[in-house]
Amino acid sequence: MATRLKDTDVVIVGLGAAGGVAALPLAHAGLDVIGLEAGSWLTRKDFAPDELRNNYRGWPQAVQKANLEIPTSRANASSPNGPRGNVHPMQNGVGGTTLHYWAQSWRLNPWDFKVVSETRRRYGAPRIPKGSTVEDWPFGLEEIEPYYDKVEYEIGVSGQAGNVDGKIDPRGNRFEGPRKRGYPMPPLRSTAFLDRMTSAARSLAWHPFPGPAAVNSRSYQNRSACMYHGFCNRGGCHVDAKNSTAVTTIPRAQATGRLKVVTRAHVTTLEVDGDGRVTGVKYLTDGVEYFQPAKVVLLASYTYENTRLLLLSKSKAYPNGLSNNHGQVGRHYFSHHTLAGVSALFPFNLDSWYGLPAQGVAVDDWADDNFDHGGLDFIGGGNLWVYSDRRPIGAAGSSTFGLAPAWGSAWKTFIRENADRTNSAYIQKSTLPYEDNYLDLDPAVKDPLGFPVCRITAEFKENERRIAAFTQEKMEQWYRAAGAIAVQRGPLGGAMGLSTHAYGGTRMGDNAETNVVNRWGFSHEASNLGVLGASIMGTSGAHNPTLTAQALAWRTADYLVKNWKSVARLNGPTL
Amino acid sequence: MTFISRRDLLKRTVGVAAAIPVARVLQVARERPQVLAAAEFDTLDAMVARLIPSDDLGPGAKEAGASIYIDRALGGALASSRQAYAAGLAALDRYAQSSRGASFARLSPVDQDSVLIDVETGAATGFSGSSAAFFTMVLNHTHQGTFGDPFYGGNANFVGWDLVGYPGVRTMVSAADQKQLEAGALKPNHKSAYDYDAFTKAQK
Repeated sequence: MATRLKDTDVVIVGLGAAGGVAALPLAHAGLDVIGLEAGSWLTRKDFAPDELRNNYRGWPQAVQKANLEIPTSRANASSPNGPRGNVHPMQNGVGGTTLHYWAQSWRLNPWDFKVVSETRRRYGAPRIPKGSTVEDWPFGLEEIEPYYDKVEYEIGVSGQAGNVDGKIDPRGNRFEGPRKRGYPMPPLRSTAFLDRMTSAARSLAWHPFPGPAAVNSRSYQNRSACMYHGFCNRGGCHVDAKNSTAVTTIPRAQATGRLKVVTRAHVTTLEVDGDGRVTGVKYLTDGVEYFQPAKVVLLASYTYENTRLLLLSKSKAYPNGLSNNHGQVGRHYFSHHTLAGVSALFPFNLDSWYGLPAQGVAVDDWADDNFDHGGLDFIGGGNLWVYSDRRPIGAAGSSTFGLAPAWGSAWKTFIRENADRTNSAYIQKSTLPYEDNYLDLDPAVKDPLGFPVCRITAEFKENERRIAAFTQEKMEQWYRAAGAIAVQRGPLGGAMGLSTHAYGGTRMGDNAETNVVNRWGFSHEASNLGVLGASIMGTSGAHNPTLTAQALAWRTADYLVKNWKSVARLNGPTL
Repeated sequence: MTFISRRDLLKRTVGVAAAIPVARVLQVARERPQVLAAAEFDTLDAMVARLIPSDDLGPGAKEAGASIYIDRALGGALASSRQAYAAGLAALDRYAQSSRGASFARLSPVDQDSVLIDVETGAATGFSGSSAAFFTMVLNHTHQGTFGDPFYGGNANFVGWDLVGYPGVRTMVSAADQKQLEAGALKPNHKSAYDYDAFTKAQK
């Protein structure tokens, strides 16, 4: 029998990138918020610059709750599950994966919001890939622009603007959508190698620019600038220069006195009443079960868990899972293609030992719809990103490009010369949802509590494979223009598998038949349930999702504040 | 028959040993396995010595203490691999005996290398499952034990980091430091992450 706790205004399930941001405007507005987080607090002293622990032993994910619930994965409904991963890509903790993420912090392009109407307009309706369930977002970039701005300034994003109110600045990204003002901080510093890549891009008549990062390039909000120590990749920041929600929005929300952070709270189900409205959530701490009542619940537990918790929350009102009476929970799932990368070997050192994945140079000439697809057989594109980042075990294990065996004296000779001479690009590519890519509950595999884990059924389709081939070609061209003597390409992509860039499952859209949440992020079926995170995004664009997920979360929170009485039904059942 | 004079033999031995500080050589010799049986440890040590050999370029995985790293880790973070090591090292010795006439550690380096090629490619018989999986596991762990933070028992005297040219853990790298690195002038500091008091120690 669950211990019933005192009622609160809002419960946020998960205090990661999205939940951690939403807490702030809610707390500022005077709402009482309880943030339930499965993990704990981690701080600077926990973040030793230790490659073995961070990158090879999966710390801290490997010792967390999510690691016991790793989703299973298969390419399609006719294939068996592939081997199950043994480290969850995402982290439980106050701040969630923003504690150790790469912190690239991009806005989407205008096209990403209007893929259907823009493709029809520019190339004709038949160019929408067959089998795709893609829809236009219910709003365009202009609607979310103020929220990108709010998040960039609140958490601190460093970068170089390319389009301020329509005026193009060639130092930045000339293809980006208009923004009201520049970034709060200039970009992270460059290196000789990155300068070389920048010149090489210019020699190809491309338009390179430094990428935006949720990392301080100089002291910001009394927190240190980046120290460039080289362990930002899968490592937390020892000086709080990486702008996790744990060192920005969450403590500020706590300072209002309105946010209570509850750690080690393992949420199991969301509860509803007979009218189909959510009443609160059940969670376990140290094996003891609690019921936290709330007027509004915001689900922010990352893409896989958002879908899983809804499907596990069955009731009379929702026999197939909460908010799933239209059968859309788990649908329109996809993840960014981060295989199909390109690696290069240079005949000189790149001096990359002390960098970070967010320190780099980007080319967006081949991203999304920034180029004419008239004579091509795909839509969308990829962001080309070259960054400066390396650690010793990784360097020793990198490819020899066919020039040496993997061990022995010949290998030793190779690695002594070439340990600091390789570079790899992962190429974010526009990805679409498809009818037969989805999430559901695995029929056989369960977590330690006996609940089914999430199952991913998804593979990269022809459109995305063609984008991969096209962007690999461009990336090779770029590397060679900069002096690379050998280039390798990854396979074009099969099963999607686990990802840190997972989207969909609770898609946002005006049509209740094909979307789980409305244009404000609230369920079409349970009107006091909101969903935060990339699970509501219907397209990916060619950039990392986090800043967009955070801007959407702030916007959902703002909507809730402005419409509190009606969403929380404080005036009774009729509006 | 090749005749190598005693003088030549001594020259070669001294040439290699001179690269290793004497104190560290003695320290490595004193370390005993805590998880692996003595015979297993010797087989593993002989294998890592071929994966990253000691040569003109300097010390290799054996001198770095990669086997010590693996042995310690098998008592902790890599405990789930204990059985795979027991089975694989035994299979390696059986295969060495049946195909080349002696246990692995007793074979000549040339014969050890040819055995390892068979193991790497899956051609070696007598392994449960493919021998290639065992080879990949040991190579990965040898890298960890050679190039990981010395805190874990390997990378003795930072020989691994010196081999790849990694100048050591720093908690602050200024623009001037980066310029020095680019000029080839940033000296290795031979520091582990845990030489800095600021950090909570990891589980070994």
